[in-house]
Amino acid sequence: MNYVIRRLKAFPLVLIGVSVVVFVAIRLVPGDSITAMLGTEAGLLTPQQRDSLAIYFGIDQPWPIQYWRWFTGLFSGDLGISVTYGKPVLTVILERFPLTLELALLSMLIALSIGVPAGVFAATRNERPADLGVRIAAMIGQSTPSFVVGLILIYILSAGFGVLPTMGIFTPFWQDPLENLSQMILPAVTLGCAFAASVTRVSRSAMLDVLSDDYVRTARSKGASERSVIWRHALPNALVPVVTLSGIEFGYLLGGAVIVEQIYALPGLGRMVLEAILQRDYALVQGAVLFIALNFMIVNLLVDLAYAALDPRIRLEGR
Amino acid sequence: MKPILSIRDLHVSFGQAAAEKEVVHGVSFDLGVGEVLAIVGESGSGKSVTALSSNRLIDYAGGRITSGKIELLRADGSVLDVTSAGKQELTGIRGAEIGVIFQEPMTSLNPVLTIGAQIEESFRLHRGLTGKQAQAAARDALERVRIPDAERRLKATPNQLSGGMLQRVMIAMALACNPRLLIADEPTTALDVTVQAQIMALLAELKRETGMSMIFISHDIGLVAGIADRVMVMQDGRVVEQGELSQILDKPQHPYTQHLLHAVPHFSSGTAARTDGARTTAPLPKPTLEVDDLVVRYPLKGGWFSKPVGAVHAVDGVAFDLMPGETLAIVGESGSGKSTTARAVLGLVSPTRGAFSVEAQAARPGQSRLPVQMVFQNPYASLNPRLNVEQLLAEPVIATGQPIDAAVRARMAALLKRVGLPEDSLARYPHQFSGGQRQRLCIARALMLNPSVVVLDEAVSALDVSVQARVLELLVDLQHEYGLAYLFISHDMAVVERIAHRVAVMYAGQIVEIGDAKSVLSDPQHPYTRKLIAAVPTIDRRNQHFELDTRQVPSLVRSVGFEPPAAKWLQHGADHKVRAEA
Repeated sequence: MNYVIRRLKAFPLVLIGVSVVVFVAIRLVPGDSITAMLGTEAGLLTPQQRDSLAIYFGIDQPWPIQYWRWFTGLFSGDLGISVTYGKPVLTVILERFPLTLELALLSMLIALSIGVPAGVFAATRNERPADLGVRIAAMIGQSTPSFVVGLILIYILSAGFGVLPTMGIFTPFWQDPLENLSQMILPAVTLGCAFAASVTRVSRSAMLDVLSDDYVRTARSKGASERSVIWRHALPNALVPVVTLSGIEFGYLLGGAVIVEQIYALPGLGRMVLEAILQRDYALVQGAVLFIALNFMIVNLLVDLAYAALDPRIRLEGR
Repeated sequence: MKPILSIRDLHVSFGQAAAEKEVVHGVSFDLGVGEVLAIVGESGSGKSVTALSSNRLIDYAGGRITSGKIELLRADGSVLDVTSAGKQELTGIRGAEIGVIFQEPMTSLNPVLTIGAQIEESFRLHRGLTGKQAQAAARDALERVRIPDAERRLKATPNQLSGGMLQRVMIAMALACNPRLLIADEPTTALDVTVQAQIMALLAELKRETGMSMIFISHDIGLVAGIADRVMVMQDGRVVEQGELSQILDKPQHPYTQHLLHAVPHFSSGTAARTDGARTTAPLPKPTLEVDDLVVRYPLKGGWFSKPVGAVHAVDGVAFDLMPGETLAIVGESGSGKSTTARAVLGLVSPTRGAFSVEAQAARPGQSRLPVQMVFQNPYASLNPRLNVEQLLAEPVIATGQPIDAAVRARMAALLKRVGLPEDSLARYPHQFSGGQRQRLCIARALMLNPSVVVLDEAVSALDVSVQARVLELLVDLQHEYGLAYLFISHDMAVVERIAHRVAVMYAGQIVEIGDAKSVLSDPQHPYTRKLIAAVPTIDRRNQHFELDTRQVPSLVRSVGFEPPAAKWLQHGADHKVRAEA
């Protein structure tokens, strides 16, 4: 528990660092939000109108003052107003986040439930044809871009079964689980493919290492069956690198998967951030990046806690 | 009576098809019921492969029994042909009829499962016990190997126990289902000498209690002398000699057995100590190295603000001096602070306080400002695999900022020749050398800078016994030739006896006894030194009984600001003093 508190103490520092960097970076991009929002019509604005809009969005002040205002606002949960949506940034992010979270969870579920068994299977058949097959499949899975996988899946569905993936308005899970899953399954599979391939490769090599460890030999010397040796004695020891990988991938997915969201027309965080950058929606970009950074830190903390749960040798307290 | 295990003309190979290599060439022996057979040999002799063929564990290590017959007499009186047995039959005999203890208790237990779960597994597999019953059985098994506080230990994971405790857990596990045959594969090699003595005593006691048969694998003929009924000596996959214990020890026939018995270091209570000591001549020369009141402490921090709550007193008030051409051996068990002392002398750990003075010898060409060099335990890990020998030998010279010139190259060639490596070694890489050769390479590297002191931290411990003997000879020769002073850190009393002029015994961070090697080893005064020496297995003392003792080493953790009382020393002979215990 102490450990968690200590880790949490470091969060604000990291977030301040991230916020400064992103604050400056987005402002270094040429163009401003009013021009980006109104396009050519921006030229029709009188200087007075332009100024009042700038005052409304708070972009008339020098950078340090803008930053200070935004920073102090954070403490009351006020991330500013999105120029593009005309709504508070936090509201916009929270509208998009459930979809992204669900997508990330589903693809991780798919990746682990395919990748771990496949990796274990390959490791127990080291260098035999079955192993080679799994390794080739994993290599293909890893090297195929997600848009190719996505397009192939859509093609198979529409050409083979005559159904189109349900697009359009996104239905949250708690409103209609079935409808929601039918919308999410394809994107999740698309993302899960490459993820599963990485998990397969990592769990295969981790298992190979573990299977030559002394305690595996001990388990066999006790007369344990091969099944028990693999699943009970070896696998828990091989999971640490798999958790590391899953944590990193999951963290990325929480930042949104731009291409997959685009292909399946899903309103997730990835597309939102992309659009916000194109629109010079400073407040939204800042808020989103901060939010994503926070997610990453939480995932990292969870990964470290998972290590300790998996392996009693890893002691978090007192570190 | 029928033997419990009968092996005829066993051949075992490793590798596949074209790359197949036979490592056991036609081994035959019988093991009687209740008999202890010791298989003795060096690494690569095929002793483990032979033993692990009897329950076909060798299949999983990549081995294959190519021909021969292994017959196991089962508990019900039937005979099982192990070479042709199916998977089901094999898992049925493993653990139930044949138990195994391995060499490294620290890595042989599953780190993520509790001790209890691992012992219970045997009962679940072979006795069908579950839940409370299995738990109770596991507790009984732990009590049987004399583990104090067994109930609580069941919930511990392996990282929470010491090596000796873990080896007891291994024994408890192997014996859980009362197997009629126990294979002990170098069960004490990774353990401290007093712990080794306890494990050996325990095995002997359990054998008396259960009447099981045992195959005891070891490289140490002195160790098996105390437990074996019969001995089988193996070399390069063949049995060179087998017979009754007394016959092998007293009338060895084969030259290799004679070599193992005589050429290899055996502890002989100080009678084999060196007599060419530097302190025999008066007046005494100026010491090469003086260490005074060396203290190494590691602060322990805790609480919200990481304030110091105590300190680990790894080394506490160690003092000694070292003459040119002299070997001081520091002996002690793991955690006694002997390696920390060596590392402090090398400057690898910074001492909390203490004074060193290193007296450089009269300046010679190539003399560095760092007259202390080192050789470490593991020759496989202490040579960078990406550097060839020339680059490895150049490292220390580069580190002192000197150019690599013709003189340095000439020195490389001369040193390689001197340590007994082939002339063409310079362009080769570490993996092309054997363990003994690598350690010679490490020695050559240490001598590149012409040091006056060489710290040898368990420098021969990882080597095979006969290689060990040759490396020790080399070290003694080099010492005479270059007037080197050795600080020799070791846990192995037999090796220490061969190389040391003086011995310092360390216990819990302090020197408890120091003095002339012959005097300390033959007439130990401190209770700990006595216990240590009594624990060393020897052929001469093979019939002595060693008492089981489960006392723990005192904790080295002290409160902040704790200072141990100043040591009082009792003089015992000209060069031999003992710490007086309060």
